[in-house]
Amino acid sequence: MSAAPVPVALNTFREAVRDRVLYNLIFFALLMMGAAILVGQISIGIDRLVILNLGLSAISIIGLVMAVFIGVGLVSKEMEKRTLYSLLARPIRRWQFLLGKYAGLVLTLAVNTLFMTLGLAAALFYVGRPFVRSDGLVLVAVYFILLELALVTALALFFSCFSSPMLSTLFTLGIYLTGCFASDIRTFGEFTKNPAIKTFTRVLYYLVPNFHNFNVIAAAAHGSRIPLSLVGNNTLYATFYVALLLVSASAVFSARNLK
Amino acid sequence: MSAPAIEILGLTKDYPIGFWPKRARRSLDALTLEVEEGEIFGFLGPNGAGKTTTLKLLTGLIFPTSGTARVRGRSIDDIEMHREIGYLPEQPYFYDYLTARELLDYYARVSHYSSGDRRERVSRLLERVGLSSAADVQLRKYSKGMLQRVGIAQAILAEPQVVLLDEPMSGLDPVGRYEVRDIILELQKQGRTVFFSTHILSDAEMLCDRVAVLVGGKLQGVGAPSEIVSLEVHAMDILFELRPGQDLPPGLRENVTRIGGRCRLEVPETELYPTLDKLRGLQARILSVSPVRPTLEDYFLRLVGSDRAVSRGVEVPFR
Repeated sequence: MSAAPVPVALNTFREAVRDRVLYNLIFFALLMMGAAILVGQISIGIDRLVILNLGLSAISIIGLVMAVFIGVGLVSKEMEKRTLYSLLARPIRRWQFLLGKYAGLVLTLAVNTLFMTLGLAAALFYVGRPFVRSDGLVLVAVYFILLELALVTALALFFSCFSSPMLSTLFTLGIYLTGCFASDIRTFGEFTKNPAIKTFTRVLYYLVPNFHNFNVIAAAAHGSRIPLSLVGNNTLYATFYVALLLVSASAVFSARNLK
Repeated sequence: MSAPAIEILGLTKDYPIGFWPKRARRSLDALTLEVEEGEIFGFLGPNGAGKTTTLKLLTGLIFPTSGTARVRGRSIDDIEMHREIGYLPEQPYFYDYLTARELLDYYARVSHYSSGDRRERVSRLLERVGLSSAADVQLRKYSKGMLQRVGIAQAILAEPQVVLLDEPMSGLDPVGRYEVRDIILELQKQGRTVFFSTHILSDAEMLCDRVAVLVGGKLQGVGAPSEIVSLEVHAMDILFELRPGQDLPPGLRENVTRIGGRCRLEVPETELYPTLDKLRGLQARILSVSPVRPTLEDYFLRLVGSDRAVSRGVEVPFR
């Protein structure tokens, strides 16, 4: 019974491949090639820094766009096209279906991110920089990007269980942007004299996922140390939020009439 | 005694409509029905009568406002009930980026079949529904009839004991309808129960052991097609030929329909012999005399035709 989400996940991955979602890799490859050629000509000694910043940012942004725009359609598209009727009439529970859809998109994002990381490594190799030990930090940055994408996908899936794709996109992006500035919002609240605003910013800080913690692109590019505790904390933090969102999505979806 | 294949007990479904004030539209009103094992059961009604709502309730796609149902003794809330059923939705739409073989393999995976079993089962089913040659073509290139056949294949993939089909003949050409009828009869031969909704009454009349008629969410009648229609008043149909140039006398002329050189006359059963005497007096050649039995369609139209507005359910206070 526990294996039921696996075929759903594999089918979601196959859908993404057949819908040519991975074609974004061509764009990324062209970006990396262009950057490597250009940076080699105009920068002196900072080529690695520029390529790493550009590459990691592109991995994050492309992944984010995929997570949001595919994520909000994971359930709503199946409902709109009524493809899930013949699936849910089988011995599969709704939470298993949701888990499968979620895992399928995360798998797609992981494969996409893996190929983009390989493209980034190829660009670094092209500019003639030998790989150094601190390049391992890039892998930590990529891992954090993946955690962030897993969290954004869970958010998009949660909203898609009860709202339209357009509203789900707005909610997901809204929470993502708020989460990127969660610390700043809280600091702003601490400085204000209005207790209501102070309470509101504090609640907001604890309510929305703190995406700022996942962004170590600058540190990785500069070769600065990333504490091991951050890796553990971010992993636990993302796991907790994803679990919370998936349980909530399952509760909502399981009670929904599929008209 | 074994449990009925399908047991529906006071199943009611209201859909909320409007925002303020909140109201509800009753799609299904306290439906109570039993379908026996091995029966082919037709579920008849006009559009909006509640047929699809009933099937969706039985498959767990929507939840009842009140009442319940059991399939082979298992409640519709029980996930294990889903092992007993196969379901063809109305106007089925499948993942069009998959081929028919991939789609059936996917559903077989969800139903936990092993790899070897899946291959064998999928090939056999594709053969059965006549799609072997198109098995590896993406579904986006399929015609409506082919999609319907894929739909039937996926419904019977797991060899369910109860097969629920929502308008299985809809949109099919005569050959397609014949093939679907053939599959339904074969399922019955295998001892399975087939519960299907339709508004093609000739199919229901030809296939069903029993039918139920639903209008406006309410059950109007249930029984064998012959039982339902036999309650109606019978008439007699007389087909005859007149001699060349001969005309009918007043009293008969007005009621006769001319078809080419022949005349058709429908009279109440009690008027048969006096009418035949009159025709004999005219030296008309009697070609045939046959009873006119009202069809299921006549019964259906009488129920529905009087007020089409009620066939779409009624508003009820929101609960």
